[in-house]
Amino acid sequence: MKLAVLVNEGPYTHQASDSAFHFTTAALEQGHEVIRVFFYHDGVNNGTRLTTPPQDDRHITDRWSDLARRHDLDLVVCVAAAQRRGVVDEDEQRRNGKDANNIAEGFRISGLGQLIEAGIQADRMVAFGD
Amino acid sequence: MSEEFTSGTVKKFLYVNRRAPHGSNYAQEGLEVALIGAAFEQDVAMAYLDDGVFQLKSGQDTGKIGTKNFSATYRALGDYDVKRVYVERESLERRGLSQEDLMPLVYKDEDDDWEEKPLIHVVSAEEMRRIIDESDVILNF
Amino acid sequence: MLHIVNKSPFEKNSLETCLRLSSAGSSILLIEDGVYGALAGGEMAGTIRDALADRTVCVLGPDLLARGIDPGRLIDGVEIVDYAAFVKLAVEQPKVQSWL
Repeated sequence: MKLAVLVNEGPYTHQASDSAFHFTTAALEQGHEVIRVFFYHDGVNNGTRLTTPPQDDRHITDRWSDLARRHDLDLVVCVAAAQRRGVVDEDEQRRNGKDANNIAEGFRISGLGQLIEAGIQADRMVAFGD
Repeated sequence: MSEEFTSGTVKKFLYVNRRAPHGSNYAQEGLEVALIGAAFEQDVAMAYLDDGVFQLKSGQDTGKIGTKNFSATYRALGDYDVKRVYVERESLERRGLSQEDLMPLVYKDEDDDWEEKPLIHVVSAEEMRRIIDESDVILNF
Repeated sequence: MLHIVNKSPFEKNSLETCLRLSSAGSSILLIEDGVYGALAGGEMAGTIRDALADRTVCVLGPDLLARGIDPGRLIDGVEIVDYAAFVKLAVEQPKVQSWL
């Protein structure tokens, strides 16, 4: 079955990203296709590679990047929400004249239309948030 | 957007709004999703319950808290072809509000000589349950 | 429909609203702080017992364990599921709604 996942909260404050990660992992293990994980609201903060948790804690961003690499997952960060919160890729850096970018490996920045499209294409959309 | 994947499929999207505006920005970003979603030619409806009914309160003015007053954006719902906005009566009553406290949102009915018609339907919990059950994709903001 | 509730009913009314607006035949899954709603001695116990007449109520085991809640403290009839069963619930029910 085609599943889509929505993550509405950032890492380390809410459990949402952890729950979404475990759900996505379990879905992939059962052979379901996760067509997209969309990050919205503060959820866009899951996609910055500058995240540096203490060594004895889980690395939420790396964990998503790793899952994306192994399963060819489409991790999409909402552009409007990302711009507000300073999550930037090379294109956005250029377009907005910023001196740096911080998007993590395996994540891409795109429009809200990607969320709607996932809702249309997926058989189920499961949201995690506050 | 990948037209080849989405064209032809029309799903019933329901955006369930249960949070008050201004104290957090879920309402504002939730409204942005609904407006974008309507552009995909899907069947879009909005539901307001619990503190979400405060989003539709008339007379909101954020001038003195310095935040963006997005309440004017709700007036655009009709222009974006969102014709169904449901407000749960119980949620209004528990907060001492009635429909008169809400923004008078309208849409222009293209099937009726573009006559302006009210967008907001105040419904019972029973009707709200049916509306939720009949939707395909339900997103809470 | 699968209804997911992630908030403690002692903090927010998500569970109360979900129980008010969910239909017979639906499944309610309590995750994260939502698992506190399944405590047998809690205020929501009566409402959940009523819901169990025509809906199934599940709690996510890993979230229960993390919060130190012994399964024996749950309302009779509430099922404990793992992440694999969470996925199965989402697939078996025709639609999913998270009461965020």
